[in-house]
Amino acid sequence: MKNFDALNHIKGKSLYIDDYPLPEGTLHAVVFNSEIAHGKITSLNLEKAKAIAGVVAIITAKDIPGENQIGGIIQDETLLAESEVHFIGEPIALVLASSIDIARKAARIIEVEFVKLPIITEPREAFAQNSLIVPPIIFSSGNINDAWDKCDVVVEDSIDSGGQEHLYLETQGAISIPIEDNKLKLISSTQSPTSVQKQVSKVLGLPMHQIEVDVLRLGGAFGGKEDQATVWGVLAALASYVTNSPIKLVLSREDDLRMTGKRHPYSSDYKIGLSNDGKIIAYEVTYYQNAGAVADLSTAVLERTLFHATNSYFIPNVKATGISCKTNLPPNTAFRGFGGPQGMFVIEAAIAKASITLGLRALEVQKRNLLKDEQHFYFGQKVKNSQAINSWNAVEKTFDSKNLMQEVNEFNSKNKLLKKGFSFMPICFGISFTSSFLNQASALVHIYTDGSVGISTGAVEMGQGVNVKIATAASKTFSIATSKIRVESTNTTRAANTSPTAASSGADMNGNATILACAKILDRLIKFAKIELKTNDTDVVTIANEIVIVNKKPTTLTWEELVNKAYFSRISLSAQAYYRTPEIHFNRTINQGSPFAYHVYGTAFTTVTLDVLRGTYKLDSVKIVHDFGKSLNRNIDIGQVEGALVQGIGWMTMEELKYSSDGKLLANALSTYKIPDIYSVPDKIEIEFLDNSENRFGPFNSKAIGEPPLMYGIGAYFAILDAMKNTKPKKKFEVSAPLTSEKVLMALYD
Amino acid sequence: MELKIEFILNNKIISVVDNPAKTLLDYIRDNEGLKGTKEGCREGDCGACTVLLGEVINNKLKYKSVNSCLYPIGNAVGKHIVTIEGLSSKSLTPIQEEFNNEGATQCGFCTPGFINSLTGYVIENNELKTDDAKSAIAGNICRCTGYASIKRASENVIAKINDLNISGSERIKSLVEEKFLPKYFLEIEEKLLRLKTSLKVKDNKSTLVGGGTDLFVQNANALLSQNISFIKKLNLSEIETRDNYCHVDAGVTIEQFKNSEIISEHFPNLPSQLNLFASQPIRNSATIGGNIVNASPIGDSTIIFLALNSDIIINSKNGKRKIKLNNFYNSYKEIDLLENEMVEKIIFELPTTSTKFNFEKVSKRTHLDIASVNSAISISTEDEIITNIFISSGGISPIPLYLKKTSQFLINKKIDSQIILEALNIAQSEISPISDIRGNVEYKRLLLNQLIKAHFIKLFPKQIDVEALL
Repeated sequence: MKNFDALNHIKGKSLYIDDYPLPEGTLHAVVFNSEIAHGKITSLNLEKAKAIAGVVAIITAKDIPGENQIGGIIQDETLLAESEVHFIGEPIALVLASSIDIARKAARIIEVEFVKLPIITEPREAFAQNSLIVPPIIFSSGNINDAWDKCDVVVEDSIDSGGQEHLYLETQGAISIPIEDNKLKLISSTQSPTSVQKQVSKVLGLPMHQIEVDVLRLGGAFGGKEDQATVWGVLAALASYVTNSPIKLVLSREDDLRMTGKRHPYSSDYKIGLSNDGKIIAYEVTYYQNAGAVADLSTAVLERTLFHATNSYFIPNVKATGISCKTNLPPNTAFRGFGGPQGMFVIEAAIAKASITLGLRALEVQKRNLLKDEQHFYFGQKVKNSQAINSWNAVEKTFDSKNLMQEVNEFNSKNKLLKKGFSFMPICFGISFTSSFLNQASALVHIYTDGSVGISTGAVEMGQGVNVKIATAASKTFSIATSKIRVESTNTTRAANTSPTAASSGADMNGNATILACAKILDRLIKFAKIELKTNDTDVVTIANEIVIVNKKPTTLTWEELVNKAYFSRISLSAQAYYRTPEIHFNRTINQGSPFAYHVYGTAFTTVTLDVLRGTYKLDSVKIVHDFGKSLNRNIDIGQVEGALVQGIGWMTMEELKYSSDGKLLANALSTYKIPDIYSVPDKIEIEFLDNSENRFGPFNSKAIGEPPLMYGIGAYFAILDAMKNTKPKKKFEVSAPLTSEKVLMALYD
Repeated sequence: MELKIEFILNNKIISVVDNPAKTLLDYIRDNEGLKGTKEGCREGDCGACTVLLGEVINNKLKYKSVNSCLYPIGNAVGKHIVTIEGLSSKSLTPIQEEFNNEGATQCGFCTPGFINSLTGYVIENNELKTDDAKSAIAGNICRCTGYASIKRASENVIAKINDLNISGSERIKSLVEEKFLPKYFLEIEEKLLRLKTSLKVKDNKSTLVGGGTDLFVQNANALLSQNISFIKKLNLSEIETRDNYCHVDAGVTIEQFKNSEIISEHFPNLPSQLNLFASQPIRNSATIGGNIVNASPIGDSTIIFLALNSDIIINSKNGKRKIKLNNFYNSYKEIDLLENEMVEKIIFELPTTSTKFNFEKVSKRTHLDIASVNSAISISTEDEIITNIFISSGGISPIPLYLKKTSQFLINKKIDSQIILEALNIAQSEISPISDIRGNVEYKRLLLNQLIKAHFIKLFPKQIDVEALL
C-alpha cells in the first residue's frame, strides 16, 4: 500500500501552510531580524515603517504579555530580542501588513542601530573563551588511562564535520486564527505541536487549553521543524493576540536559510589504540559542538553523539567528552540522526587512519570489532539481537563484495585519469528519545456508525509515511481494509502533551498506542458479537477481512453491521490509549544505563570513481543490507533508506555551509548551497532486507526507519578517500567533511 | 506599468490588465488560486514551481517546461500555461500513476514540478530515452526520496510509452487518447491562434527582458515598478550559417542553441556539454544574448563564445555596430553597451577540419550549479603545430576572460606536455581570482591549470604524456 497522501500530492491538491485559504482580514507578517552577529541594540525606530500605507502594526518584545522566553530544554532564548542580539537573523520585530509585499517593504526601512560586540563563530574558540551552553558531558567505560599501554599502536588526530541545512522544500510557517474568548487556533508546520502550544501559552500568559495547534502535513522537516518551527508559530500567535486578526507568517527561502539553525558542525579530537591484529582496545574522543547562540536542542544532540561514539563496534575502554560551544551563529538544531552521524563519523575516521598505521585495510579493522550479543555498549546497555555481523556478512554474500573490490583494483591498474575507491559502512543506531520521559504517545480511535475509522495520534506526517503505518497497524488489528481508515491531522485537542515526531520513533510509539486503542474497541465488539450471535463461552470469535468469524467459520455478520448494531446497543465505538516504551532508563549522575529500546543495524558498501584531473567524483553504487525488522510497508521503508542515504551523502560531499568571519552565512541561497540533484546520487542503489530480524518493541515486529540509513552516507566520504589513496598511495591526506571536489583537488596536488 | 495580457491557463482563457513583470508563479497562485504550483526558492534552483508553456511555432504546438518564479506574465502572452491542475482529472495520468506506484512522492512539495517536467518531456520528444528524461527532470530538486523512486517512475513511464508506439505527427492527440493529457489539449492550438501574441510596449527607456532568468533572480521586485519590454522573437529567433560563419540571434534560448543541427554538426560534443548549463527549464527561457549581457564572470555560454572568437552585433536607433565579444567587457558587470542599444547577434566562424573545440566546467555540484571555474578552447593545428588558438576562462577574473597571453604563447608551438606546462605559468600570470563561496583563490588557480590540461588531454590524447601532467 502506498503513502495515503500520494494521490493528492501527484495532483497538486495537498495543502501546505502557504496554500490554506485565508480568513477575511488576514494580516501578513514579516520578521525584522538582526543583520549583525552580536551587539547591543542602541535604537530601534519603527516610525517610517509604520507610516507606510497598509502597515497595521509592528510588534516588538514590549508587546509580549507573558514571558519573552521560548527555550525548550534551557530557558535561554527570547522570542524577540530586547537589548542585545546574538546571531544574524535573530528576530527583533514583526511587521504586520495587509499584504506580504507591503510588510516586506516596511521591514526594509526599519531603522536600527547597534554597538557591535566581539563574535565567535568557531567552537574551539568558544571553548577557549569558556563560552559553553552547559559544562562538558563525559561518558566512559573501562580504564582509558591504563589501556594505552596495552595497545600496539596508538593514533591521534583531529577531524571536522560540517553543518547541514535541512532544506525542507516547504519553508517554515504558521497561520494563527483568533477564535472567541482569547482562544487561538494555529495551523503550524511543526514536528512538535505541543511545543508550539506550550510556548504560545507561556508567551501570551494563557492556559494551554486556550491554544489549539493543528498540523495536517509538513513539506519536509528532517528535524528542522522539531524545535525551530516553534518561534514562527509563537510569533504568529502573538500577532493575533495583539491585533485580534488572523495572521499568516511564511518565511521566504532567503529568510529561512538566514534565520534558522542547521545540523551542528563538529570539530573533534580522537585517540585510538589497537592491537597489531586490529582489535580496538581504547578510544578517547572530544567533540566540540558548534551549538550556535542559544541551547535549542544542542545538549540532547550532543548526548546522542556520545551514545554513538563507538558506532557498531565493541571497545572495552572508552572516554568520550562532549562540549557544547556557544557561538554567534543561528542556534543549530535537530537534523536526521541528531548528533549520531557526527559521532559515528569520528570513529570511522579514526579507524581509517589507524588502519594505515597498522598496514591493514579499514574493513579488516571494522569487521574485527563488530558488536556481538552479550557485550555492552560503553554506556552500560547490554547488546541484544545484534545484527552488526549478520548485516556485514550479508553484504559480502549478497553483493559478492570480494569480487567488487577486485573489480576496483583491476580498474585502477588500467586507468590513470580515473581511480575508484570503496568503503564498508556499518551502522548501529539507538531507538528511543534519550530523554526517557519523551517516550510516550497516545491515540484516539473512533469508529463511525458506517464502519469507517478515524484515528488521531501525536504523530506528524512529513512525507515519512507515518500515517500509512498507523493505518496499517489499525487495519491489522481490526482486520479491515485501510481504505476504511483515515488518519486525521495532528491536533493538540485530540492528542495532548505529545512528544515531537522525531527520533525515528513516530511510527513505533504512535503505532503501538493505536494498536492498544483499537484493541480496546475490538474487545468490546467481540464481546458484543458473541451476544449478538449467541455463541457459547468456548467459541472463538474473531474478525477477519471485515467478517465476523466463529470458530474459524465466517458468519454473515459484516464489520459494518456489527459496528452499526453495536451503536444501537450503546457500545462505545471510541477509545483512547496510551503507550510508553518499556524497559528504558538512564542515570545522568553516572551516565550509565539502558536508554534505547533497541538498535537498528545495517551495512553499506559504496564505490566511487574519482576524476584525478578535475578532483570531481561520481558515486557508482551503494549496496545495502538493512535491518528493517519485519517491515510494515516495504515501499515506504525503501523510500526512507534511499532518501536518508542521499541526505547523508549530501552532508559528506557537497553540502557546505560557509560563514564569513562576521558570522554571515555565505551559502545563503539555493544557488550557493547545493544539495544532491538527480545526477549526483549513486548510479545504483541496491537495498536488501536482512533476514530473521525480530523486534518486540515495534508494531508487528517492525523497526524504526527514519534516521539510521542516513549514516550509510558516511561511506561516501571514506570511499572517496580510498580513491584518493589509490591515486596517490604515499600521500597523507588532511581532509574533512564535506569532502568537496575543491578539498579533493587541493589535497591531491597541494 | 499595466498592460492587457492574454494567455490560456490550463483550460481557461485569461484576459487581464496587470503588471507584465508579475511572475507567473504569483499570478497562478494569488490571482487564480491554483496552489499546486509551489514556491520553493524563487531563483530557479528547485523546480517546485515548474509549469509547462505551449506556443505555436512554425504551425506546430510545442511545449516546454519553465520556472514560473522567473517567468514574467508579459512573456506568457499568447501562450498556453499548464499547471498540475491542468494535467489532473479524476483518473491519474500514466505519469501520476507511476509516481504513485513507485513511491516517488514523499512530502509531496516538489511533486507537481516533477510531473510537469516529465510531462513536457513526453509531449515534445518522439524518441524517449532514460537519459534525456533524467535531463528533463534534473531542474527539479527533491529532498525526501533521493531520486531513486523518481528514476524508477520515469523509466516505467518511458517503457510504457515506447510500448504504445505513439505517432510523431499527431502526438498530442495520441497522448490525449492514452490519458497522458486531458481532452482540452486538442483545442488549444486553435484557441492560441486567436490570441494576440505580443505586447504593445513603446518606451525606449524600458528594461529589456529576454527569458528573465537572470533579471528575475536579481531584481524581481524592482522590475514591478519599472517599464519593461520583451523580445518579440523569443523562441522564434534563429541560428543560421552564412558563408563559413554562424549567426545566432541574441534571442535564441540556450536549449535552442543546444538542440540546433548546425551546432551538433560542427561541435558534436557541445550539446551534451551544454547540459551543464543550469537546468532544462532555465535553458528553455534563458537567451544567449541575456547570458552575454548579464556579464557574469562565469557565464557558461560567454566563455564558449569567447573561445570561438565571436563578434557581436549591437543595434540601436542610430544603426548597428560590430565589436569583438572579447572587447565587450570593461570591468566587473560593466559592458560596452549604451542605454538605447541592444545586442542583436553573435557571429563566429565555423570550425574547419583542422579545428578542435572543447568546453570544461567544474562546479560544486556537476549539474544546475554555477562554475567554480570554466574554460573553453578552440584550437587549429597543422602537423601538430598550433596555427591558431583561443582559450577562455570564467571564475578567475572580474570579467569572462579570453586568455590572450596564454593563447598567443601557444601559437606556432608544437603540442607536447612541456609546452602546456609552460603555458600554464603564463595563464597564471593573466588571471586574478578571488576567494568566494565557489572556491578559494588557490583552488581556482589550480583548477584552471587542470582544465587547460584537460582540454589537451581530451583533444590530443596521442601527443600528450598524461603522466607528465598529473
